[in-house]
Amino acid sequence: MSSSDIAILAEGLGKTYRSHTALHGIDLSVPAGTVLGVLGPNGAGKTTTVRILATLVQPSAGRATVAGHDVVRDSREVRRRIGLAGQYAAVDELLTGRENIVLLARLLRFGRRGAARRATELLERFELTEAADRPVGTYSGGMRRRLDLATCVIGEPEVLFLDEPTTGLDPTSRAVLWDIVRDLVAGGVTILLTTQYLEEADELADRIAVIDAGRVIAEGTPQSLKRQVGSEFLEVTVARPENLGDAVAALSGLGGRPPAVDEGARRVSVQLGPDGLDEVARAALALREKGVPLADFELRRPTLDDVFFDLTGTGRKEETQ
Amino acid sequence: MTATATTTRPARSGGALTGHLGDTLALAGRHLTHLRRSPGRLILVTMNPLVMLIAVGYLFRNSMQVPGHVAYEDFIMAGIAIQVGLTSVGPTAIGVALDLRHGLVDRFRSLPISPASVLVGRTLSDLFVGAVSLTAVSLAGLAVGWRPHEGALRTAAGFAVLLAFVYVMLWVGILLGTTQKNVEAIDGTGALVLVVFSFLSNAYVSVGGLPGWLRPVAEWNPVTSVITTCRRLWGNDPAGAAGTGFPAQHPGTVTAITLTALLVVAVLGSVRGFRRAVGR
Repeated sequence: MSSSDIAILAEGLGKTYRSHTALHGIDLSVPAGTVLGVLGPNGAGKTTTVRILATLVQPSAGRATVAGHDVVRDSREVRRRIGLAGQYAAVDELLTGRENIVLLARLLRFGRRGAARRATELLERFELTEAADRPVGTYSGGMRRRLDLATCVIGEPEVLFLDEPTTGLDPTSRAVLWDIVRDLVAGGVTILLTTQYLEEADELADRIAVIDAGRVIAEGTPQSLKRQVGSEFLEVTVARPENLGDAVAALSGLGGRPPAVDEGARRVSVQLGPDGLDEVARAALALREKGVPLADFELRRPTLDDVFFDLTGTGRKEETQ
Repeated sequence: MTATATTTRPARSGGALTGHLGDTLALAGRHLTHLRRSPGRLILVTMNPLVMLIAVGYLFRNSMQVPGHVAYEDFIMAGIAIQVGLTSVGPTAIGVALDLRHGLVDRFRSLPISPASVLVGRTLSDLFVGAVSLTAVSLAGLAVGWRPHEGALRTAAGFAVLLAFVYVMLWVGILLGTTQKNVEAIDGTGALVLVVFSFLSNAYVSVGGLPGWLRPVAEWNPVTSVITTCRRLWGNDPAGAAGTGFPAQHPGTVTAITLTALLVVAVLGSVRGFRRAVGR
């Protein structure tokens, strides 16, 4: 297939369970060879979306095609072209790493010898050769995830679904996994990954869809989403908690919104307006006049966290709408 | 896509049937490897009947009364052997439920294989476990004095009936595992099945020795028919042990009909339960 194709297309996907509606019409479009990050809080509908696209769940409304085939009518054809890594590493603990890969390779009809060869290849590529013949029960969380991912790519899928691939991993394992994902993308695989970590979406995704309560509430490149949130933030950390009030007074009136206070971190932050530099100067002057001792005074570009809070209203309820 | 996709992955060859068979065997192989790593299941399924054999056949032998002229060792053997099947229900159900819970089934379902392969593969390996423990139980039975009296062919036929019973019980286990999410509840249900179906039968006493209102229940209990069929094939059946009704006169027919009906219901229910559990 050519790179201009759309590898994943969802139109108005809805899913209603007996007691509640999980999805209210999800639209997604992922060009082949790119990464879409699906971002959202717990219960937003990320996993349901992935399960529908991976043919495990039937949608109640709408339609979807993956790798050119309809997920409901041509589910078998879809399954031959996808890989799915669910939220829990779906590996068999009593089997060794090698046996896990060989089993799935045989189910993908590699044949006995082909399966053995593929297992050796993948164990090498995912840095599991040393642990290959130990039962998976003895693996660390990071190794399990790597094996899980290795089993997903046995059949060289065109499209990979990764549902929260790094949840619960330490930073080193996470970085290793990110490298693997980048490698796969470089090899032409299309990836849809869900995550709660904004940093992860920022690192890996070409485009991001933010899902909340079963709806896509924003979609775009990480840059455009950050731009949507707007200008930079001024963050002031005071030396002592009793200075917080003075700092708030010094920063109020800057930008369009009242400053946000994080008491635990002794930090006051405010989003600057269009004439940012003037406002920084005014803030510095006001703080010095009040004699507030500072631990830190910094300008911060908006992160995806800000995008997320801005869109889902978590923590800043009164400002949404 | 990348060029390697076409070179490393052979085309799906062979007919659909051989394909399914290969999938099923590969999945059965998975469970047999489990057995090698963690033989607990084999031990459990074997120990239970062995303990009953020793408890009933040795400790209680003088307090049990059997009608007719049949040695008590001969009388109880079929009843001990069906325990292999009843004991299998719980572990099979738990295995299925855990696979569903840990996402392994999701992985299998996202592959282009038939969902039936996943379930049939498990029943094949568990049937192997059943056969091994039936062998162990029979050897122990021979050691304490059980003897079949009707020749090799009829002895083998008795074991074939037992294996069929084990297989049907495995599907009952799968039905339980695909419809019940709570593993503790499955464990309890499995234990209940074992106690109710073995004690409400002619496994250890003749049906005539039960309270009157329970007799029809025990007579129609499929386990009773299986036991009576085996006893007759082995020449271990004292007259009247199966009661007096239709099932006592035609144990083979009742066994065939009840096991087939149970198998059909369990298979259909399991496939439905499996689809639902995955589609959640």
